[in-house]
Amino acid sequence: MAFEGLADRLQQTLQKVRGKGKVTEADVKVMMREVRLALLEADVNFKVVKRFVAKVKERAIGQEVLESLTPGQQVVKVVNEELTALMGGEQSKIAVANKPPTVVMMVGLQGAGKTTSTGKLANHLRKKNNRQPLLVAADVYRPAAINQLQTLGKQLSMPVFDLGTDVSPVEIAKQGIAKAKEEHHDYVIIDTAGRLHIDEGLMGELAQIKEIAKPDEILLVVDAMTGQDAVNVAESFHEQLGLTGVVLTKLDGDTRGGAALSIKSVTDTPIKFVGMGEKLDALEPFHPERMASRILGMGDVLSLIEKAQTNVDEKKAKELEEKMRTMSFTFDDFLEQLTQVRSMGPLDELLGMLPGAGQMKQLKNVKVDEKQLNHVEAIIQSMTKGEKLHPETINASRKKRIAKGSGRSVQEVNRLLKQFEDMKKMMKQMSNMQKGKKKGGMGNMKFPFM
Amino acid sequence: MSFFKRLKNKLTTQSDTVTEKFKDGLTKTRASFSTRINDLVKNYRKVDEEFFEELEEILIEADVGVSTVMDLIDELKDEARTQNIKETEELQGVISEKLAELLDKGDDDTKLNIQEDELTVILFVGVNGVGKTTSIGKLAHKLKQEGKSVLMAAGDTFRAGAIDQLQVWGNRVGVDVIKHSEGADPAAVVFDAVKSAKTRGVDVLLCDTAGRLQNKVNLMNELEKIKRVIGRELPGAPHEVLLVVDATTGQNAMNQAKTFSQATDVSGIVLTKLDGTAKGGIVLAIRHELEIPVKLVGLGEKVEDLYEFDADQFVYGLFSNILPNVEEEESVDRY
Repeated sequence: MAFEGLADRLQQTLQKVRGKGKVTEADVKVMMREVRLALLEADVNFKVVKRFVAKVKERAIGQEVLESLTPGQQVVKVVNEELTALMGGEQSKIAVANKPPTVVMMVGLQGAGKTTSTGKLANHLRKKNNRQPLLVAADVYRPAAINQLQTLGKQLSMPVFDLGTDVSPVEIAKQGIAKAKEEHHDYVIIDTAGRLHIDEGLMGELAQIKEIAKPDEILLVVDAMTGQDAVNVAESFHEQLGLTGVVLTKLDGDTRGGAALSIKSVTDTPIKFVGMGEKLDALEPFHPERMASRILGMGDVLSLIEKAQTNVDEKKAKELEEKMRTMSFTFDDFLEQLTQVRSMGPLDELLGMLPGAGQMKQLKNVKVDEKQLNHVEAIIQSMTKGEKLHPETINASRKKRIAKGSGRSVQEVNRLLKQFEDMKKMMKQMSNMQKGKKKGGMGNMKFPFM
Repeated sequence: MSFFKRLKNKLTTQSDTVTEKFKDGLTKTRASFSTRINDLVKNYRKVDEEFFEELEEILIEADVGVSTVMDLIDELKDEARTQNIKETEELQGVISEKLAELLDKGDDDTKLNIQEDELTVILFVGVNGVGKTTSIGKLAHKLKQEGKSVLMAAGDTFRAGAIDQLQVWGNRVGVDVIKHSEGADPAAVVFDAVKSAKTRGVDVLLCDTAGRLQNKVNLMNELEKIKRVIGRELPGAPHEVLLVVDATTGQNAMNQAKTFSQATDVSGIVLTKLDGTAKGGIVLAIRHELEIPVKLVGLGEKVEDLYEFDADQFVYGLFSNILPNVEEEESVDRY
């Protein structure tokens, strides 16, 4: 997961401060050195780091921290707030033109992922905003770049406009937009060729395209693994074109992604989307505040909640809650729940989003075995309807049958039955606990694992 | 100083055009790197904490990497103390020498391991968008110029248009491409390519692979399999596994080098896009922390802009104006 290394580093440092009742100036100094190193190792631009550290230091050594009741928490808060501010404050959305089509121009260095992002963005606009984009292939330089966009268009069943490689990109953009108007597309996404920000000729060409296309959105596509140079690239594209946003790609790698921190702070251009995988639906809105909490080990609780919301049917969730309360939770419900949780993504990824999970040693290298879950599913699916509703009726011969049906051993069937019983017990205690809470006491709760 | 003298002598025996190309390609790097070190020395007359802090920043901004920089600064501080250096000007020579030492380990071979009178297989690996396909196209051209017969394998069956891209390069430089359709098993493509290369009796087979992030375990396994298949078809192959690294990459390049090495025993690095403003300082870090030599460098967009890496050339390109004396001597010698 992105930012992982940085999160670890900051957590270790903050831990020291967390434990103490009072923060001395020396503590802050030690901590800030660590913060500085961690950020630099994460490829955050050194100028940005300098400003950040100075700002946090000033606030931390000031009264706000030293005189507050829980100084450690206060420092965490300050670092978190400043980090969020640095990454761009609130999340910003993609522009919509008053008069369609909305024109989006994708620009960037070679190999940043412009063409792939063009495809992903088109898919996103159609899926989330119900738009009908037209893709315009204006990369006439890189061999087969047009083919690449056409292939993506085919995969998405979306139209791609191109005029081959012998026409100037400016003309392609012009005709592409005309075509979009004619065919009533509400978005036009222009994929331009990758170029160095110091290449005057090619940068001039982009300015010409801008002149003709009058884009509502000029998105700079930046590789999340970019080092210190990210700032120069962004600054230079911004100066020459006036960027409106940034797409940060390849964030599903293990890069710490410090570039994300730098770009906004130096260019005042928000990061609008992040590329999180190779598939065409792997484009997500950028959430600066969540990224900051993740860095600080507060977990990406918000992300988790949102993921749960889009994947779990609310009505079903209510039913489930009712069942948990009345103890009528069955294997059918369990299976359903399992399927829902798994549809949110790989379990280890979900675990990583939980607060503090990054710190827990036993969770650190946990790889949830998806195979095990398949086995569990197979066992449950080998039960009869009656057995799923009344697992207590499962006797030795039924167990044998279930084991055979699922291709697992009787021991595994036993283990699952035992776990299911324990789970039911725990649910009962939890719902009791909630009742108790209403009465104002939680005194006599017992967990099976305590 | 002696280091630069040695360097200069060595370089005068080599072709001037290559030296010039390195100098040109590294103009941006040098401008912001060495010039800043020069300015630093002028601005700070005394060697003190502030001076070292500033130096630290210049190195970090070049993507040299925090731990490498820290080691270097510590060494310099020691040097300054033991030699009792007070003036920054005196320290300048030491700085250049230490930096050059990082790059010039001397013993490792930066030449490509090309077999005599036998098929050589080169496998290209790397993350997405670093320029694998382009580097293959350029290398194919270079090898052809050297009179070798070349075959290419379109092993990137995943990315849309990747096969076409290699085919365009094939047409451009006049080299055949062994390909299957998109979505095919890359190991099967490579298998066919090795067989075909053997029957055709070509000198060098260049194998493209799909870009992959190094933390994707299944994709790294796929790469291992590709390598295994090559080795089974032709014992001893691949003779080179080249990791292509984008010069603008920051510290993640180190992770890339480590993880790709674990999967495929990377034998060398191709550093691309060094003609931008990126300093490529990560090369110093990779040489400092890992044992993988840089073998090829991409210094421009043209077909012929791929060069064999030469640590001396690189150091010279990087530092030629740190020491004005060397630059002057050089001018006298060459013009």
